[in-house]
Amino acid sequence: MPVSLLWAVDVYGRVYSLSTAGQQWEQCRDAQMEFKRVTAAQQCCWGIACDNNIYLNVHASDLPVRYQEETYENQRWNPVDGFSERLLPSDRWQWSDVTGLQHQPLDSFQLPSSSWEWEGDWYVDENFEGEPTEKGGWSYAIDFPATYTKDKKWNSCVRRRRWLRYRRYKAMDTWAKIPSQQTTLPDPFSDISCGGWEISEEPRGRLSLWAVSLQGKVWFREGIYHHNPEGSSWEEVLLPGEVVQISCGPGDLVWAVLWEGQLIVREGISRDCPKGSSWAVVESPSPDVGAIHVAVGINVVWAVTKDNKDRAVYFRQGVTSSELSGKTWKAITVPRDGDRSHSSASANSLQRWIGLSGHTHTPHYICALLKSGCHAASASPESFVDVPTDSSNPPADPPKPRIPKVTSDSFISELVSDREPGKSSRDIGSAPPAVPEEESIPGEGEDKAPCAGSALSPSQSGGPLDPQWSNVDLEEAQQAQTVAAQDAADTCSLSSVATYTLAMEDPYGADEHPLWAWVSGGGCSVDTLVSSVQSMSLSVSPAQTAAWRRQIFEQLSERTKREMDNFRHYEQAIEQSVWVKKGTMQWWRDWKPHKWIDVHFALEQFSGPDGNKDGILFIYYNYYEEKKYLHAFINEVTILVPVLSDSKHTFAIYTPERTKQRWPIRLAAATELEMHDWLALLSVSCCDSRGIHGPPSKQAIWSITCKGDIFISEPSPGLEAMPYPTPCDQMFWRQVGGHLRIVECNSVGIVWGIGYDHTAWVYTGGYGGGFFQGLASSTDNIYTQTDVKSVYIYENQRWNPVTGYTNRYCTRLTPPFVLSHLTKCVVSDWTIDYSVSGGTDREGWQFAADFPASYHGYKTMKDFVRRRRWARKCKLTTTGPWQEIPPIPLSDVTILPCTAQSSVDVVPVWAISNKGDVLCRLGVTAVTPAGSSWLHVGTDQPFKSISIGAASQVWAIARDGSAFYRGSVSAQSPAGDCWYHIPSPAKQKLKQVSVGRTSVYTVDENGNLWYRQGVTPSYPQGSSWEHISNNVRRVSVGPLDQVWIIADKVQGSHSLSCGTVCHRLGVQPMEPKGQSWDYGIGGGWDHVTVRGNSVEPPRLRLPSLTDPSTRSPVPVRNTEVNGVGS
Amino acid sequence: MADDKDVLRDVWFGRIPACFTLNQDEVTEREAEPYYLLLPRVSYLTLVTDKVKKHFLKVMRAEDVEEMWFEYEGTPLKWHYPIGVLFDLHASNNVLPWSITVHFKNFPDHDLLHCPSNSVIEAHFMSSIKEADALKHKSQVVNDMQKKDHKQLWMGLQNDKFDQFWAMNRKLMEYPTEDGGFRYIPFRIYQTMSDRPFIQKLFRPVSSEGSAHTLGDLLKEMYPDAITNDGEQKRYQVVIHGIEPLLETPLQWLSEHLSHPDNFLHICVIPIPTD
Repeated sequence: MPVSLLWAVDVYGRVYSLSTAGQQWEQCRDAQMEFKRVTAAQQCCWGIACDNNIYLNVHASDLPVRYQEETYENQRWNPVDGFSERLLPSDRWQWSDVTGLQHQPLDSFQLPSSSWEWEGDWYVDENFEGEPTEKGGWSYAIDFPATYTKDKKWNSCVRRRRWLRYRRYKAMDTWAKIPSQQTTLPDPFSDISCGGWEISEEPRGRLSLWAVSLQGKVWFREGIYHHNPEGSSWEEVLLPGEVVQISCGPGDLVWAVLWEGQLIVREGISRDCPKGSSWAVVESPSPDVGAIHVAVGINVVWAVTKDNKDRAVYFRQGVTSSELSGKTWKAITVPRDGDRSHSSASANSLQRWIGLSGHTHTPHYICALLKSGCHAASASPESFVDVPTDSSNPPADPPKPRIPKVTSDSFISELVSDREPGKSSRDIGSAPPAVPEEESIPGEGEDKAPCAGSALSPSQSGGPLDPQWSNVDLEEAQQAQTVAAQDAADTCSLSSVATYTLAMEDPYGADEHPLWAWVSGGGCSVDTLVSSVQSMSLSVSPAQTAAWRRQIFEQLSERTKREMDNFRHYEQAIEQSVWVKKGTMQWWRDWKPHKWIDVHFALEQFSGPDGNKDGILFIYYNYYEEKKYLHAFINEVTILVPVLSDSKHTFAIYTPERTKQRWPIRLAAATELEMHDWLALLSVSCCDSRGIHGPPSKQAIWSITCKGDIFISEPSPGLEAMPYPTPCDQMFWRQVGGHLRIVECNSVGIVWGIGYDHTAWVYTGGYGGGFFQGLASSTDNIYTQTDVKSVYIYENQRWNPVTGYTNRYCTRLTPPFVLSHLTKCVVSDWTIDYSVSGGTDREGWQFAADFPASYHGYKTMKDFVRRRRWARKCKLTTTGPWQEIPPIPLSDVTILPCTAQSSVDVVPVWAISNKGDVLCRLGVTAVTPAGSSWLHVGTDQPFKSISIGAASQVWAIARDGSAFYRGSVSAQSPAGDCWYHIPSPAKQKLKQVSVGRTSVYTVDENGNLWYRQGVTPSYPQGSSWEHISNNVRRVSVGPLDQVWIIADKVQGSHSLSCGTVCHRLGVQPMEPKGQSWDYGIGGGWDHVTVRGNSVEPPRLRLPSLTDPSTRSPVPVRNTEVNGVGS
Repeated sequence: MADDKDVLRDVWFGRIPACFTLNQDEVTEREAEPYYLLLPRVSYLTLVTDKVKKHFLKVMRAEDVEEMWFEYEGTPLKWHYPIGVLFDLHASNNVLPWSITVHFKNFPDHDLLHCPSNSVIEAHFMSSIKEADALKHKSQVVNDMQKKDHKQLWMGLQNDKFDQFWAMNRKLMEYPTEDGGFRYIPFRIYQTMSDRPFIQKLFRPVSSEGSAHTLGDLLKEMYPDAITNDGEQKRYQVVIHGIEPLLETPLQWLSEHLSHPDNFLHICVIPIPTD
């Protein structure tokens, strides 16, 4: 989980931030201004300074904020001048926008504020709809406005070209003033709240910012998104009264407090209308006193009332996305402590309350600020109250946290009066949960770091106390989200269990530590799991290198040498006997009609004649009352693969024969646990029989199934041999823990993966994890991994004249959607998915003439059916040899394939962010495979695939399906200098590229595999595309120029498989295109990478295809077997 | 980097080459050939010598055969010590193979326990495991196991099934993270120079100050002579499974990784040969 920040302001207006990776509050040194209030999102923090202007602090990232300005130059042909800027009076401007309606000369473009700078000068865009144009970038048409083509024809009378210029937001990590609009904003702002990042993923980084002016007006900042972090303008929002304070949640919840004490709720907020449409009034929690403060999260609302004597905190019940204003108030009260001097006790109760509110899928936490006089002496982070706030599950047992009642009045105005020396022991803000280090923070003795206390010290109560409880201000209840802000991938834990260590005021003077005035946790996201794992791993690593451990390893191997090596011909004292494990399972029977039948399952293990352990699998079944069995030798099993199934826990067993048939042995266990037990046992047995132990070699071939499971295979020396390579249906695959969508490797052992939620992961060198327990898994290098996968269902409706669209007459109803083993990890409700290919209308519907057909996003006369896609996110938590590389989510990655001899020190790694930015990773070596930082490589459009070849030749595919070659990439210039546009194969949009030693292969969206002809060292772009194959989903070209693909529609003797690993045969230096395909494991595979396999095949060697030992040349530890029978 | 799991394998699959010769006093019908065997270090002599017995019985008359026992250079070998311990204690500095004399007469009742059948070995083995778990977890783990789990441990040892044994033994090696280790470390210190069979006392893996106890800490308390002080000539070897771990090795780690299948850490203190 990426590092995120908690922001706070102290009573002197100084701004501090506390990083989830840090250990103390850092003062924002560059803030010249004093601030009143801050509100944070993940990527930025907004604040109101004492000059009443609004300031923005955008967090620096490896990805710059770049905005592309464009304008069009238009010309018309006349017989005298040819094409010239002399246009007809009825024509558009010589310089215009794309529509021609706006006059846009180059010099009319100004930087929007002093926070921006130009990246370079204007230049002509020479790409046209994914195709390179002739010099000059012109496209031609008969007339304006018309269809433009890149070729000049006899009737081309007009032409135009696009000019581009980038500006870059430069005011990173500093407070930049938002230009004010004096004409429309006569009065200063008094409150500000940002949120709304969960409403829509588009445009990227979109935020809602709400502000309240001193006159009680509410303003909405329009147009805030990633490329325009400052937003464009303030829009006044009409109100039923005067507002004092507003709070905006991460979703569609916006509440405000009126002067009169009622609350108002914004309604009509949606992805099309983030500003909402109207207000609904909610009465104050107490009939006598009005509310003074409100704080919202996702489906959570808290309020504080005004009563001077008996200020109370209320929780709003029944707030859901369909009923934003909720149902009733629930008071959260505690009797005020009679003895005020018991501050520590009170503080405990406060702390307990401060905890957090549980939510079904996202934790919220509430930062409460208790001002003046409340000692928040910190106890051990034990007691927190999870307040159930799930809309569908209103708290049956109302939350019983206790909070001290508070008196006195409002917030900012209170600051000065509170600052009486000697009485000013006040509470401090809160630190993010579950940062264990918090507890050991030393009081720095200066105003920088508040002492985040760990022990409840009785002396606290003896400190100078203000006997008055002053007030409690609830500030943010924004949930902590990181990925969600951009990607809506919920990464937070299911039930929010977190611990707050409340920073503690110590009995020193008020000036020594910040006295907090305001805190905002909107951008802060905390994962308890991750922190604890990290702290664990820290304690393990030093021991790994300890001298005593090395000594033991060395002595044990010496002992083996001394006591056993000369005596291996001796007889073993214990004869190996057979060990049988039995169980019951269901089997997908081989004969028709296919169905699940109950079978007995047995694994018999014994030692083979060569000392290797071996075994036989038996499946006993009944065939017409007759008992029969099916068996498979463990040493012939090539893979055990968990299969995605909606209701059963199933896995498949393949042998080379079964792979040819495309018909594995499919088994289903009664429970997931049982299946994992069997898989772990069988897997160990298979590895034993092949003498495979420990981590994969650097040459390993990695692949991923559509379920996200990761498999590795050790390439035999004969795998790329000519003319008789090892058939790839004989490859043995074993699973490693983790859940990924993409994995890429190279031959120095650097392996990167990308999860379904676009998180980047680096391989740690371990093995096992997941369901591999105990001995099949390495002790260290295994970490918790989470991934978020979306599951979809389609809602289908048919139109009829009476009722319009309805599902009543629809024969193709969505089947009941059961995800029994996934439901436990569901982290979001079903939501309409608007990102379906083909587009949708405002409600997410797609239309078609009939099922099944091609759908479009608008209704026409001929459309009688419609469908829409619902998405739901499932979070998986597993373990595996992977560590996260925050913070940028990726969609593709490539690592330079090294040849066996090469000694590359720094390994080039390129990646595409999930938004299409091209990135170059710096500092990647075999020792530090994660590298250090990203270097952004500018492009004119988003990219989707990238690959780097052995000679640093970088090829990439843009989202529009065109190919690019990056020039001059070298060790000295890791990012190269410019992109060369390579025309796509005719009428095809490319999808993916892979570059090996010299070969360049691409796959297009129609499943065609293309080879780049004419690539030479002097002309690395090549000359043309040659069609190689169809039904290809993905290609991986290795450092030997070996070509492997994932193919669809592979016909076996029993069945057809999609998603099959295939190997190109006959690839030779003089014949890089090869001759035919050899079909390996599948279907159901999504990804393969052979870029680690740089083992040159032995020359003229005829591999013996039956000897299993040739298939597993890798780290073998079989101390127990070598002595036998030799 | 080797993995700790590999240590478990190395420990389990440790073998000692042995040459069994029949005692010359035994009456035979014809001359008995010596018998060569690789003995598992972690097993028990009487459990793995069926073949030896069968071999020598071929040359003997049935009426001359009593209970078989073993002797090395005049010392009767206690079958209820693991083979590796017997070897390290008595023969580690001599040439291999380990030459063991086989007797079928004159059973030394005062030195050895009788071992009429494998069930006696099983009972001894299981009682060791239970004793060790009493020290480690107040017997909670072993008592939570079912009869078949106990059987799995025994069968794993008897049939030399590493995976089978460790699938169950793993549970005996767990402990709450916050405790930092077992309650007490089950250990036995053997010495050749003493009449006492072995030293076994209560010893915690973590000191009262919270630091991890090492092998050196244990010896300092139990057997200070075994430690070589500064300036002294080394007099003793501290041997576990035929190796000499550094004295700073954490005791908890040793207990988890270098214990015998009976869950005890068997430590041999052997005088360094003077010649």
